[in-house]
Amino acid sequence: MRTDPIRVLVAKPGLDGHDRGAKVVAAALRDRGMEVVYTGLHQTPAQIAEAALQEDVDVVGLSIHSGAHMTLFPEIKRLLDANGMGDVLLVGGGIIPEEDAAQLEAQGFGKLFGPGSRTDEIADYIEAELERRPAK
Amino acid sequence: MDSAALIPAFRAGDRRALSRLLTYAERGDDAFPALYDELAPSRGHAMRLGITGPPGAGKSTFVSALVTARRNAGERVAVLAIDPTSPFTGGALLGDRIRMQEHVLDSGVFVRSMATRGSLGGLSRASLEASDLLDVFGFPHVVIETVGVGQVEHDIIEAADLVTVVLSPGAGDGVQALKAGLMEIADVFVINKADLPGADQVAVDLREMLALRSQRHGDEIPVVRCSSIDGEGLGEAIEAIDRRWHTLEHDGRLAARRHERSVVQVRRLVEQSLRERLFGSDEDLEQSLSSSDLARPYAACDMLLDRFDAQTSRSPASPTHKRNEPR
Ligand SMILES: Nc1nc2c(ncn2[C@@H]2O[C@H](COP(=O)(O)OP(=O)(O)OP(=O)(O)O)[C@@H](O)[C@H]2O)c(=O)[nH]1
Ligand SMILES: [Mg+2]
Repeated sequence: MRTDPIRVLVAKPGLDGHDRGAKVVAAALRDRGMEVVYTGLHQTPAQIAEAALQEDVDVVGLSIHSGAHMTLFPEIKRLLDANGMGDVLLVGGGIIPEEDAAQLEAQGFGKLFGPGSRTDEIADYIEAELERRPAK
Repeated sequence: MDSAALIPAFRAGDRRALSRLLTYAERGDDAFPALYDELAPSRGHAMRLGITGPPGAGKSTFVSALVTARRNAGERVAVLAIDPTSPFTGGALLGDRIRMQEHVLDSGVFVRSMATRGSLGGLSRASLEASDLLDVFGFPHVVIETVGVGQVEHDIIEAADLVTVVLSPGAGDGVQALKAGLMEIADVFVINKADLPGADQVAVDLREMLALRSQRHGDEIPVVRCSSIDGEGLGEAIEAIDRRWHTLEHDGRLAARRHERSVVQVRRLVEQSLRERLFGSDEDLEQSLSSSDLARPYAACDMLLDRFDAQTSRSPASPTHKRNEPR
């Protein structure tokens, strides 16, 4: 069992200008004992993947409201893989239609949380998911 | 990447290997001591600059501006940014990176955020080892930003070669809030946010306080005003830091500080290992103490130490840290 805190990068890709949701999630994960690196607004997939590498995080959490999730998710995943960070758990939240979420989850991404999700659910999911994975 | 592959990858300049080793340092991985001891002999090339000061003084913004200046001079920079762990939840919000994120795609820059994880004094437990790794990786500049908790972040001298204290008008009541100890560890004072009113007054107050001290120590501590946002005075601030660095290098104080730092490091490692051997965990300690032991704390202490002595004299000390076979 791991004894050191789970490290999470919370990022906000895309062009839309508010990050309240991302900040709420970041604070909630911190309150659950995680170490949360927040990168701020308007992050490109390359910036997110590089920050994940430098911070050696276990989880990348994306807040997506721009509707571009179907391209952003696979692109970030590809870049993480290219960085040797393929084992990172990628989760998302925001305005994501259920069919899209189902399709992405079927492709092996982590869970996507819709607008009604409670922050508890996200924290629970991350904890449970990392518990299942081999220690890195 | 398994741990045996880490050193060659690290030596070949693989940033992923660097990042991994930083994690090993931070969590006190069993594999870390041997890996670290292989790399540590090559430390001592980087200029390690500690940045401390009250919360919100603009430390991260200043660091980011400093990174830009170093990059313009063609020099690579690594940053270790430390934020506090919540004593209640064990979690942390590591927010310094936001101000430095503009450099993320520059391969000459590496930023790592660390939480204090229960250590006091503004640093994380493995700050020194982490900055050693950044040094050995080949960054000529390593910048360490401490937690801004308002009091004196003394521990910074256990990881940095020289210390810049960043103040700003309004932040934590400026000079009045400074404890005397800060005067002893500061190599350069930067009054940031010089674009705001009040910076001149901070500089005046500070120089007054320093004048008293300088008479005693015969050492001129520069005070420089700058704005990390519009760049005014930034060149002078960096020059002051570089000049101070050269002074320390030439008068032997840099070497002396580094030597002392290594001694303090070994002492800290001994203390950590002894504590682990003595107690194992808090639960182990609790179990070995009866309620009558607890009624006489000094006697309980002697009893535990006697037991420890008896154990160590029976079995020759087994190494706490695994070692690689000598080659
Ligand atoms: N006007 C002005 N604002 C500044 C300057 N430098 C930083 N700031 C602002 O001050 C605030 C705090 O800046 P940070 O760089 O995060 O300060 P910090 O000391 O790193 O803060 P902590 O790490 O939280 O202790 C931000 O809103 C910055 O934009 C400056 O030179 N002038
Ligand atoms: Mg900061």
